[in-house]
Amino acid sequence: MQASAGKGTAKAHDTFPKLLMEQARERPNGVFLREKDYGIWQSWTWQHSAVQARDLALGLAAHGFRREDKVAIIGDNRPVLYFAAAAAQALGGVPVPIYQDSIADEMLYILDHAEVRFAVVEDQEQVDKLLQIRDRLPRLEMIVYDDPRGMRHYREPGLEWYQDMLQRGQRFDSDNPDYYETEVAVGKGSDLAIMLYTSGTTGKPKGVMLSYDNLVRTSYNSILHDHLTDQEEVLAYLPMAWVGDHLFSYGEAICAGFTVNCPESGATVLTDLREIGPTYFFAPPRIWENLLTTVMVRIEDAAAIKRRMFHYFMKVAERVGVRMLDGEPVSTRDRLLYRLGDILVYGPLKDNLGFGKMRVAYTAGEAIGPEIFSFYRSLGINIKQIYGMTEATALVCGQSDGHVHAETVGVPLPEVELRISDGGEVQFRGPGTFIGYFKNEEATAETKTADGWILSGDAGYIDDDGQLRIIDRAKDVGQLNDGTMFAPKYIENKLKFSPFIREAVAYGDQKNYVSVFINIDLEAVGNWAERRGLAYTSYTDLAAQDEVYTLIAGEIDKVNAGLAGDTKLSGSQIQRFLVLHKELDPDDNELTRTRKVRRKFVAEKYETLIAALYSEADRVQIDAKVTFEDGREGSITANLRILDREPLAPLAKAS
Amino acid sequence: MSEDRKFGEVILSAREISLSFGAVTALTGVSVDVREHEILAIIGPNGAGKTSLLNCINGVYHPQQGAMLFEGVPRINAGPAEIARKGIARTFQNVALFKGMSTLDNIMTGRNTKVRSNIFWQALYWGSYVKEELEHRRAVEEIIDFLEIQAIRKTPVGRLPYGMQKRVELGRALAAQPRILLLDEPMAGMNVEEKEDMSRFILDVNDEFGTTIVLIEHDMGVVMDISDRVVVLDYGRKIADGTPDEVRAEPAVIEAYLGVSA
Repeated sequence: MQASAGKGTAKAHDTFPKLLMEQARERPNGVFLREKDYGIWQSWTWQHSAVQARDLALGLAAHGFRREDKVAIIGDNRPVLYFAAAAAQALGGVPVPIYQDSIADEMLYILDHAEVRFAVVEDQEQVDKLLQIRDRLPRLEMIVYDDPRGMRHYREPGLEWYQDMLQRGQRFDSDNPDYYETEVAVGKGSDLAIMLYTSGTTGKPKGVMLSYDNLVRTSYNSILHDHLTDQEEVLAYLPMAWVGDHLFSYGEAICAGFTVNCPESGATVLTDLREIGPTYFFAPPRIWENLLTTVMVRIEDAAAIKRRMFHYFMKVAERVGVRMLDGEPVSTRDRLLYRLGDILVYGPLKDNLGFGKMRVAYTAGEAIGPEIFSFYRSLGINIKQIYGMTEATALVCGQSDGHVHAETVGVPLPEVELRISDGGEVQFRGPGTFIGYFKNEEATAETKTADGWILSGDAGYIDDDGQLRIIDRAKDVGQLNDGTMFAPKYIENKLKFSPFIREAVAYGDQKNYVSVFINIDLEAVGNWAERRGLAYTSYTDLAAQDEVYTLIAGEIDKVNAGLAGDTKLSGSQIQRFLVLHKELDPDDNELTRTRKVRRKFVAEKYETLIAALYSEADRVQIDAKVTFEDGREGSITANLRILDREPLAPLAKAS
Repeated sequence: MSEDRKFGEVILSAREISLSFGAVTALTGVSVDVREHEILAIIGPNGAGKTSLLNCINGVYHPQQGAMLFEGVPRINAGPAEIARKGIARTFQNVALFKGMSTLDNIMTGRNTKVRSNIFWQALYWGSYVKEELEHRRAVEEIIDFLEIQAIRKTPVGRLPYGMQKRVELGRALAAQPRILLLDEPMAGMNVEEKEDMSRFILDVNDEFGTTIVLIEHDMGVVMDISDRVVVLDYGRKIADGTPDEVRAEPAVIEAYLGVSA
């Protein structure tokens, strides 16, 4: 797409429903959405999609849908749910996507706070959750479900099948021709387009209000930044309730006219990834890590000759791959070797992962390990980092081709202004700056200044290359009793770069030394244990084994060695640790739905463990509550070991 | 949900059947009626004759006395293959899948009774069989979707955890589109979560396809939750027959099976 054409379209069509109609005119037979069903990829063209959104919207209109009504959208990424978002927007309504794995009580707060009147959900599972809390939601009038399986005996009022709604919409259309087109034309760029509830590491979720101007302009800026065309293929597998999905999958696809693919189920994502071979891909660091772990595990199981070939060519890639991707000069011999490696190793490997056609890939949300980052880049996969938050429509900074480093998050995107406050806080303003939090003036005022700057709460600085670097959450940065700076997330991220460590929580603010909780990575450590003939029955059992403690101790020593080399942080080396008996889980409120640790909650819940870390004890008893996915509770009792590590002397820079 | 469930006519009945192996008596004068669309559980202590009864139903054993009636017609010496074609499918106490074959292929074997083309066209994958295989594949994909096993579609079943293998076995039985499904301890060796999933699938099969289900199960919680009717066997005799609540209240059952304290 041409830059000028892009801007022109943006002006003429300032809302997604208008853009959708435009795409249906411009490329009626182009594919907007694909979903794998019954083992086959089924396609919805732009034309077909526009009709579905239209029929559904009219079906909702027949049930008295008014402008500004809120529509909850709950389920995995499904074409129908994207149509539902478009339908709501067409009538001037506001989609409110909710994390599909939330338990009913978590949904209750959002549904109530957002004043939801209609809900469009995927299946019986979600319907059941809503029915469970319906008596506490007087405003919720209608639940529309997509998958009719198991729904035959439901007799509750206000429960409608998606297909019936479409028919109702068609009947409404014949009585009220032009209703839809009129409603769409009324919409304008400054209207509220979507409300996204941020899971928030503290307190109740807040409803971030984004306008079409926020989303459409950010979409076009991102399209320009990465030269996206209507030929892109993306895989929509990250939750619809996350701002990125509404921007990267829905928004940018509607603006640029490319194809969005919905996986068959959450468990098939890796297979679907390989089948689709996306050209534009987004994944949090966790997924990049998992993929790398899977590759490494499989290579270790491969025949000796393949293994040796892999390691040899990965060394070549490490030496020249990143430089070639950045367009730097490389000797002819290396260039030839790399080409050979591409035929023998990199090509097949990328193809196997589904990265064969990838042009642009992104990682964001958390820091990514430098080794992981350069692994993919050395293979020739153009993985880059972005930085942003829901309140800024997901995008603030992004790395440009040729200026990519693991430690930075890039430069501000077009039209975005960036500044660092005197206190070291990252602040920005731009076309994506949100309207405010729904029904929460106070929180809005805390996050957004009167002149439109967003106070991110992140501590960071701009480096010599003009790129932004993020250190930690500003409020989390603390001090040890001896005055040493303590940046917990920095330490945790260093730990999480180890394939054996899935999650870590560091303590040290106003303490004498740093200590950590560790969650091992069940797959990697499990595989490691199998290789050594260690038997284990469960996570709890594996986590408590002495050999595992020794393994983790080794990983901690590596992180300590890294910290020792940093003059500012050498005092914050880890001196004591324990391996938690259970994985931190969003169902227990320990992680947010986007899998970030709720530091305060975890600290309160495991108070006894923290006390033990700062005592002389080498064992501690814990009795912890767990919540199952259906909302029931149980408890786990464990006796945990605590291990001491000897901090290293600060190293001189030279080593 | 239960109030609008409709049970049909008796489609299968055992009349006073007795089965013995030499001097060992497995069943003595057992009569059981199976009504269309119901979920019937057979319970009883070890060696009570539960699996023998199931084996009589699908023609593996032939009772020495009494008769098996299928839709009111006595069935004499019909073998398992013939009975399978009549629409009775089953799963086994021990998983009996082809371990080296994928989930998809295993379920495909369940379509065997439905294949019309002969082995020649099948081997060549030619002529009418191509179209036929597409039909079968669609039926299999519907089952894969139904049982939510898309992620293991191409995984050899030998590599799957036990609970998943049980689910694949259920899928293979479903592939024959049976009228009556016999499940021999479908939840044995499963953890709580797997049991809940399997219960859900059994109820869904019954509800979606109207399949009549006869199952043997030891987990009383599961039996009482999902069954419409429970038959209790003890030492080869039927000691109770009724709704879960009736059976639970029956003194003979409490004594023989649940223990006196219950």
